[in-house]
Amino acid sequence: MRDRTFAPSRILIYLFVSLIAAAWLAPLAVVVLNSLRTNEEIAQGSMIGWPQHVAWGNYVAAWSGFCVAETCAGIRPYMLNSALVTIPATVFSTLLGAVAGYAVSLWRFRGDSWIYGIVTLGIFLPQQMRLLPWTIVLRDTGLMNTLTGLVVIHTIQGLSFTTLFCRNYYVAIPQELIRAARIDGAGFFRIFWRIILPLSPPILVVTVIWQFTHIWNEFLYGVTFTTGQQQPVTAALIALSAAVADIPQHGVQSAAVMIAALPTLLIYLLGGRYFVRGLTAGAVK
Amino acid sequence: MTFAVSTATRPATSDMVRRLPEYLMIWVPLLLSAAHLIAFSLWTIWISFTPSTLVPVSGWVGLRNYNVVIASRNWQIAFDNLLLFGSAFVLLSLVTGLVLAILLDQRIRGENVLRSIFLYPLAVSFVVTGTVWSWLLNPGLGIQKLVHDLGWISFRFDWLIDRDMAIWTIVIAAIWQSSGFAMALFLAGLRSVDADLIKAAQIDGAGPIRMYRRVILPTLWPITITVIVIQLQFAISTFDLVRALTNGGPGIATQLPALVVYDLMFQRSLLGRGAAAAVLMLLILLAVLLPYAAWRYVQRRRAIHA
Repeated sequence: MRDRTFAPSRILIYLFVSLIAAAWLAPLAVVVLNSLRTNEEIAQGSMIGWPQHVAWGNYVAAWSGFCVAETCAGIRPYMLNSALVTIPATVFSTLLGAVAGYAVSLWRFRGDSWIYGIVTLGIFLPQQMRLLPWTIVLRDTGLMNTLTGLVVIHTIQGLSFTTLFCRNYYVAIPQELIRAARIDGAGFFRIFWRIILPLSPPILVVTVIWQFTHIWNEFLYGVTFTTGQQQPVTAALIALSAAVADIPQHGVQSAAVMIAALPTLLIYLLGGRYFVRGLTAGAVK
Repeated sequence: MTFAVSTATRPATSDMVRRLPEYLMIWVPLLLSAAHLIAFSLWTIWISFTPSTLVPVSGWVGLRNYNVVIASRNWQIAFDNLLLFGSAFVLLSLVTGLVLAILLDQRIRGENVLRSIFLYPLAVSFVVTGTVWSWLLNPGLGIQKLVHDLGWISFRFDWLIDRDMAIWTIVIAAIWQSSGFAMALFLAGLRSVDADLIKAAQIDGAGPIRMYRRVILPTLWPITITVIVIQLQFAISTFDLVRALTNGGPGIATQLPALVVYDLMFQRSLLGRGAAAAVLMLLILLAVLLPYAAWRYVQRRRAIHA
């Protein structure tokens, strides 16, 4: 498949791949360009076009100016909400998942495979099956419409993924290592702290990236369990498009969309390898 | 090597107390997770058999909620849409992913960059991508407007506002967003094809096309099934994307089961019916997952015995 057929077929392959890649990048390019065009300029032409004057003002307006419902604070408070939900929930679910994964893979206890099997079912169970119970639980605990409520939900639900990721990683650690440490008198936490955790950075990076991306991008729980000023940014974006439906402000909206997408995009750019690993790890369980 | 459990160090109760933090740390998160999964599922199933409307109430109405939901136009459209969207999206993203994987497998330059390009939509929220596609596909704003401005006035691309075609806008956006996933899995599969197998076929004089058709692609079918199942699972629970792209419209033309559930539960406050619709979603999912689990089980047994 090398030498002779090189020229024409290779060029064709490059051409084809570049075309598809361009199509894949087009939506991103359109938003970036529109975020730099004024609302008026977009209104005159289409959403697809080159900025005539670079309008950085869109980002300022999107960040702290425009109005959703009655409040005119831009997207900033909702970005903050998303951060305040995503960061704690990512940390908690990852740490608890690491301990749980360690317990079911290396510590072993009665019923471990049973409970592990049930926990991983959470990967498949549709969110819709949990919506009403969460509504009732949040209402009865006074956590409805609070960021704490969302942190609790994402921590508990995230355990299904984090436990799976960590367990599958720890399974490869030789059991003898744990036995030897136990004979030396090391307990559950000591072994975790001294032996398991130092071996864990690769899987912890995968888990953290996975959890962060998913919780940041989550929409259904955000829109169901919070309203107004408590909403995460995904829910706020939908509210924004509804709010400006009469007088579209596509430049500012594009900037808002870019800002909302930026955290996960940046993480993907920096740690794409680990993100893809999480993607395929979940798939080929 | 055997290690005798030293019976000397076994003062039962104080040992239990000493190890309490450990038990708590092991059991509390796992039990919380497992208990919420089982209890919440049973809870929702129970609500689906009650006459609950605004608040959950006890009482038993048998299958009435299910009958009402299944007979409703909303659900029927959602179910038909799911069949169309599910099969079109899964098939097309499978083909797209496979083509991309084969292209990237040709030892081309910039493979890493290209792979990142095909996968980046997966890192972005469906709300964001749905919004962007709603602009691109909006005839007054996006592609159609651009072509009109360029001078081709009779050009039409208005699926977004066309009742019959609107569901295809969701297919387009979903393919764009998640074909990269199929590509990643296929590429991993292509890379793990036995090199000796390829060598042998080359010696037999197989050309590249024959090589793919007869030697390489047949090894990919277990991955293909995994991809199909995962994409179907995604299709069944699609919510955010539709919410941002069409919000179920025009009218209810792009309704999907997840939207029906949300609508019944939180917009019409018909909790019993909403729960019934959620259980129906679960049943659709099980219709996909149970055969898959059985297949995986058989595969694994075969691998052990082989």
